Amino acid sequence: MALPAHISATAAGAASRQPVYALVGNPNCGKSTLFNALTGLKQKVGNYPGVTVEKKIGTAYSQHGQPITVIDLPGTYSLAARSPDEAVTRDVLLGRRADTAQPDRILCIVDATNLERNLYLVHQILDLGRPVILVLNMMDLAARAGLEIRVDQLEKLLGIPVIACEAIHQRGLIELKLAMSRADLPLARHAWTVPAAIAPAVSEIAAALVEGDRKSPLVARAEALLLLTDQDSVRVAGSTPLSPRTTEILRAWQSRWTQEGTDWAGTLVSSRYEAIGTLAAEVVQLRTEVGPSASDKIDAIATHALWGWVVLGAVMTLLFFSIFTLAEAPMNWIDGHVAALSDTIKATMSAGDLRDLITDGAIGGVGGVLVFLPQILILFFFIGLLESTGYMARAAFIMDRLMSRVGLNGKSFIPMLSSYACAIPGIMATRTIEDPKDRLVTILVAPLMSCSARLPVYLLMIAALVPGERVPVFTKVGIMLFMYALGTAGAFFFAWLFKRTLLKGEPPLMIMELPPYRLPGLKDVAFHMLERAWIFVRRAGTVILGISIILWFLSAYPKAPEGTTPTAQLAQSFAGRAGHAIEPLIKPIGFDWQIGIGLISSFAAREVFVSTMGVVFNAESSDENTAPLRTALLSAKWPDGRALFTPLVCFTLMIFYVFAMQCMSTIAVVKRETNGWKWPIFQTLYMTGTAWILSFIVYQGGRALGF
Amino acid sequence: MASASLISLSELPVGASATLRDFPKAGTAFLRLREMGLLAGTTLTLVRTAPMGDPIEIKVRGYHLTLRKSEADHILVEPTV
Repeated sequence: MALPAHISATAAGAASRQPVYALVGNPNCGKSTLFNALTGLKQKVGNYPGVTVEKKIGTAYSQHGQPITVIDLPGTYSLAARSPDEAVTRDVLLGRRADTAQPDRILCIVDATNLERNLYLVHQILDLGRPVILVLNMMDLAARAGLEIRVDQLEKLLGIPVIACEAIHQRGLIELKLAMSRADLPLARHAWTVPAAIAPAVSEIAAALVEGDRKSPLVARAEALLLLTDQDSVRVAGSTPLSPRTTEILRAWQSRWTQEGTDWAGTLVSSRYEAIGTLAAEVVQLRTEVGPSASDKIDAIATHALWGWVVLGAVMTLLFFSIFTLAEAPMNWIDGHVAALSDTIKATMSAGDLRDLITDGAIGGVGGVLVFLPQILILFFFIGLLESTGYMARAAFIMDRLMSRVGLNGKSFIPMLSSYACAIPGIMATRTIEDPKDRLVTILVAPLMSCSARLPVYLLMIAALVPGERVPVFTKVGIMLFMYALGTAGAFFFAWLFKRTLLKGEPPLMIMELPPYRLPGLKDVAFHMLERAWIFVRRAGTVILGISIILWFLSAYPKAPEGTTPTAQLAQSFAGRAGHAIEPLIKPIGFDWQIGIGLISSFAAREVFVSTMGVVFNAESSDENTAPLRTALLSAKWPDGRALFTPLVCFTLMIFYVFAMQCMSTIAVVKRETNGWKWPIFQTLYMTGTAWILSFIVYQGGRALGF
Repeated sequence: MASASLISLSELPVGASATLRDFPKAGTAFLRLREMGLLAGTTLTLVRTAPMGDPIEIKVRGYHLTLRKSEADHILVEPTV
């Protein structure tokens, strides 16, 4: 029975090719830790074509140095997929994806502390008729919880290799690699009786799958069983659809059962759990009754009605405090080195357009983004830490009620909060949100949270708005807080709006495991941080480089005669002309063409506005001392002699920056995370459109009120 | 059917245990809950509710799971005496 399945799988490739393992398991069972431990740095991360699901492939080496390919599939509780990530796992295992060969063998990892539920997925996978290796992870934690697991008994009952393992301590890896390089992995001695009421349907659908969909008999049986539990199955791009005949048979059975009142899906799930229950009873023994676990004790405080908020507040304060203090030194370092590199090139190359393109265009533009890398790294580190300790799930648990008011669930909280520092890690962290619509809404609104690149703009405008040296500090703080509150309110408003209109869907579920608290694997967290940062640099890099060069070109051409000041050069450049060109558009919100140049150039990154203003108004200033620029701004005039930067204009400009999508890095990341240009373009239009409308209301309203 | 002492899961007091009795048959949420081990006859404990009263946290088959009251409302349980 098993032989045809195996042959058909290997026939596709050369007979001697290295075996391909799929790594599958429940979320929170230590799957990524095992994947990292097996493959080290030999990993390739990409997307499955057509869906924003991460494809991770790595190479492990057997004890004899033979390479073994391992595909890390997204974590899932069941093969009945509920999200695009889970759908990819299902489709790869069933050989439904043309872009990924069906794996020869399956590595199934389970959390030994929670065997019963974890075995549900294993039970489904054993149906597939492929050689499976079962990895019992977290054996140390199971022992600490008073559980005794008879590994050899489990091995005997299932008839497949079962390896006890502590992936985080690198224990059990040698045994696992030995098993993985075995040429003769046995098939599971896995027999369970499909309930009699459903058995005829399973055989009929399986037969249709063999005939109509060219599936091997064993996979067909597994797929037939799955089709019956997979009621509202998630379809994703790249997945081969079923043949019409199979669909027809499936529909016929379903409508017949619905009429008879047979709960077919429930019956199948129950009978699997019955089989697992029998198995677990023989294998797991509660040796010692232990009292409330450490997790229970921590949660008594961490999710307490009052202390829960205090802990959440403290964790978030610590997060932002570290971002703003720890990031400062490396940011200055990067700034210094980028400037030094520019200077070296300026000193060694002869003056000319090529030199300026390299120093001002490429290095300047990319440097302006790299400067945010320390913040981004620290945020990724914290997000990784929150995830691997288990606190992330608690934060989602606490915040779910609030997030549900705008139609999202608690999982959107951390991505949105991270966006206060920088939207990029926030947007990349939305991958933990299963529902594609919720994920998209979170991505769309995340950049409305005031990020750290807006700070220099706010600070400059506040300095120009309340110029007196003796202005009470709380006025300044008050204005600043108002901007943060406005952005937050905007994010929630648009989330609410999008969930009601554009991305209308089922109210999101909050079915989520609260995993026990665990000490973080710092190596995995660091690895995760570097991997995310590298994805950002690589994916955003080309877009950022391109836009930087365009923006440089706009400000450097056409060339003015020798001896023109930088201010005059910028004024007559394409950027200057573009500033003039958009003036009719921004005049109603109180901005002139010079501010227009700032808006255009700060499309690269918001804080560029400050340096552009410095060039436009010919005022040297630094982050520490904005006084000369402030003075220059305050003496700037419209041609008719009116002051340009009135308090109302400064205030309007801040409002504009709260909402406008002025960040090419975010656009590049949104493109990656939504798989195309449609959503980043929509996002830019709606954000900048809102910015203009609100600025218009504020400016015209303010003028009418006599400001 | 068991005696009339069935209540919905969201009515179960914090800290109390109960046996699951009945469950809607359709809907992705309920299918997933079943696949995560919530079946007729399964015992569970209501561990706590979130600080704002929703969602709830239950302990089932040795692990902790959250779900919203909107789902818990439809799950009928028999409290353990």
